[in-house]
Amino acid sequence: MAEPRTIEIEVLRYNPEKDAEPHFQTFKVPFTHDTSVLQGLQHIKDHLDGSLTFRWSCRMAICGSCGKMVNGKPELSCHTFLRDYYPGKVRIEPLNHFPVLRDLVIDQTDFFNQKLPAVKPYLLPKEDKPLSAGTHLQTPKEYHSYYQYSQCINCLLCYAACPQYGLNPKFTGPAALALLHRYNADSRDRGWQERAEVLNSEEGVWGCTLVGYCSEVCPKGVDPAHAINQNKVKSTMDYFGVLKFLMPRGGS
Amino acid sequence: MQSVQTDVVVVGGGGAGLRAAIAVAQSDPRLRIALVSKVVPMRSHTVAAEGGSAGVIRTDDSFDSHFDDTVGGGDWLCDQDVVEYFVAHCTEEMTQLEHWGCPWSRKDDGHVNVRFFGGMKVQRTWFAADKTGFHILHTLFQTSLKHPSIKRYDEYFCADLVVEDGRVQGVVAIDIATGEFLLLECKAAIICTGGAGRVYGQNTNAGIVTGDGMGIAFRHGVPLRDMEFMQWHPTALPGTGILITEGCRGDGAILTNKDGYRYLQDYGLGPPDPWPRPKAMELGPRDRLSQAFWHEEQKGRTVATPLGQVVWLDLRHLGAATIHERLPLITEVAKTFAGVDPVVAPIPVRPAVHYTMGGIPCNAHTETPLKGLYAAGECSSVGIHGANRLGSNSLAEIVVFGKVAGERAAQYAKAAPAGKSEAARRQADAVEARLVALLGRDKGERVATIRDEMHDAMETGVGIFRKAEGMQAACARLALLRDRYGRGLKLDDRNRAFNTEWLSAIELGFTLEIAEVIAQSALNRKESRGAHTRLDEFKERDDANYLKHTLAYRTGDGPPRLEYAPVTITKSPPKTRVYGGEGKKTVLI
Repeated sequence: MAEPRTIEIEVLRYNPEKDAEPHFQTFKVPFTHDTSVLQGLQHIKDHLDGSLTFRWSCRMAICGSCGKMVNGKPELSCHTFLRDYYPGKVRIEPLNHFPVLRDLVIDQTDFFNQKLPAVKPYLLPKEDKPLSAGTHLQTPKEYHSYYQYSQCINCLLCYAACPQYGLNPKFTGPAALALLHRYNADSRDRGWQERAEVLNSEEGVWGCTLVGYCSEVCPKGVDPAHAINQNKVKSTMDYFGVLKFLMPRGGS
Repeated sequence: MQSVQTDVVVVGGGGAGLRAAIAVAQSDPRLRIALVSKVVPMRSHTVAAEGGSAGVIRTDDSFDSHFDDTVGGGDWLCDQDVVEYFVAHCTEEMTQLEHWGCPWSRKDDGHVNVRFFGGMKVQRTWFAADKTGFHILHTLFQTSLKHPSIKRYDEYFCADLVVEDGRVQGVVAIDIATGEFLLLECKAAIICTGGAGRVYGQNTNAGIVTGDGMGIAFRHGVPLRDMEFMQWHPTALPGTGILITEGCRGDGAILTNKDGYRYLQDYGLGPPDPWPRPKAMELGPRDRLSQAFWHEEQKGRTVATPLGQVVWLDLRHLGAATIHERLPLITEVAKTFAGVDPVVAPIPVRPAVHYTMGGIPCNAHTETPLKGLYAAGECSSVGIHGANRLGSNSLAEIVVFGKVAGERAAQYAKAAPAGKSEAARRQADAVEARLVALLGRDKGERVATIRDEMHDAMETGVGIFRKAEGMQAACARLALLRDRYGRGLKLDDRNRAFNTEWLSAIELGFTLEIAEVIAQSALNRKESRGAHTRLDEFKERDDANYLKHTLAYRTGDGPPRLEYAPVTITKSPPKTRVYGGEGKKTVLI
């Protein structure tokens, strides 16, 4: 097929300094087989309308900046390709469930300043080991019990996918709970009790209704739904006092 | 303008900045730390580092060996006293990251595993699959949350420094969300803003890697050192420039041309067998490998694709299990961005600009020539990379020297006298007036027009191989581009809130000046050394005249003034760089 072809990109525009309401604007963008949705947006910004506003950085699906709703689905725009929407239009909107600052830019402070710190996403070791004592031992089996959950790039696609977060913004949500589990499941960590309050609360694992769409949209295979639901069992055992008694590490 | 009182401002939330902030907090929790970053810290470009981080750990390795590899790899332009400090402190920083939870890949017995990297004699590269930078960055970010004295200013764009009485007294930043300016008064500032790879078009770098910190320091009279040494990574995807880690070759991958021939044997890196073996063939240093690609392209032995000439990076013989276990990210990247599954087909690769060896000069204590200003990471030139950085030395650098910067800045801040708020305010107001003026122009060129022409000037004139006439042409074009930029851009976006076009225009001002420094520094280095290789009459290294650091000083609208400074040699006098040669096959674990 002759390249480049042209596709229509329909973008949600919203400028709080000027617009009472968000609206859509359509741009015609040339593309080839390799053109990502992000590159389509960059073409608009560079050549058609410099005021179109969106976040991006690494353009290789590891920094987590460029999540958008692409034809209604949460996606990283850098690894979503225009060819897959042609000859139809592609409609780009900011991630669902977040306040919009401008155009495709969401306000993500709720996650970074509240939810993420609340789960204490750092190693809380049983005792302070001096550097001179070297590294901890960790077998490949122990490593694999948490490694998948350490893959989260904080792109927030899972929050855009989560109907519970849409209904109740207080819900700690998939990424933060997956990171909570990542540390609880790490053989070097002993912090599960410190994280228990967040985990066991109504806004913790019990806020999840098992829809599982978070895991479907996760670009890194973290499977937050699995992390959350493993912890429902633990949370129940914790409620009955089983964990502290039986398992010094909280059963991770 | 709003202002806040702080003790130490860290500019940049990548690995170096986070490590520095943690070090300040640990030095004294009473110190008020502001971490200013134009992106949320885990978006920083550290996240994209793949292969690993150096640290001597094996019984058949030594600090001396790491020192020799680094100094030889840098073609003797390294400051050897700093390299000695560096190699002696890498391992404890890797251990520190482990204690903070970094998921280093393990051996079956539970010990941390290490892999081979180019130009390294022994396996000494700690890795977390092929997402090492990602894991280091998230480990540091998450650990930073334990320290309440670190106040983050996420998505605040550092616009300038306040310098009064010859010392740094503040940082002026734009709150991106609102477009409002903020003055952060401080006693010390640590610049950790990364490299300037976006000076070129074909690069592995994130869009944010625009050299802001270098540009800001430069405008305050701090020279930029050794900027002619830009590193081309030999294996990036054509078109996008996305990085395919050297860890592939560390794990045994090979490079072949269109005939399936391992061409590196023709460029002083062979013989090809036995394979694999360290410091030979595909485990040679990056400058040599990128240069070899250029020669193959000249000979017509590369493969033509719609996105340019490529060679093949072949991993197939490693087998699916090894590839998926140790190289999951590049497997995903190759599938998504090149349509290739490396288990069954070779990956098309070509060189792309990857790393800025030069930067803001600083000593082993990370002190720059400007009092109260510290620098760490890729934006700095602390002296460990010389004319060519070895892979896996930069992740080690950000933590080793990030820590030093934090501790030194903390110490300095505690002793420094209070600043002059009135003077700081006046300077900050002037910065605001200058930058807000960019929004009001009715005539001018687009940001992308000037940016794309800068890319073309650099790719054409100051590439992997250089000639005087090409570099002169680049210098002339860059001077014109600076002039056009100075006459003003026209922005479509006149708003203050989240105006990323405005920020791009400010960034472009930094990158243009850095581009000119690179081109002028290159033109005036009349020798070939490391990543700076000439095809005219200066093909050889010239230690008599150029075993020196280049220092480029800003002169205003004209080209930079160049001076030269001695290189510190402690125990390794310059020798010929030797790679390849006979050797024993190495067993890769």
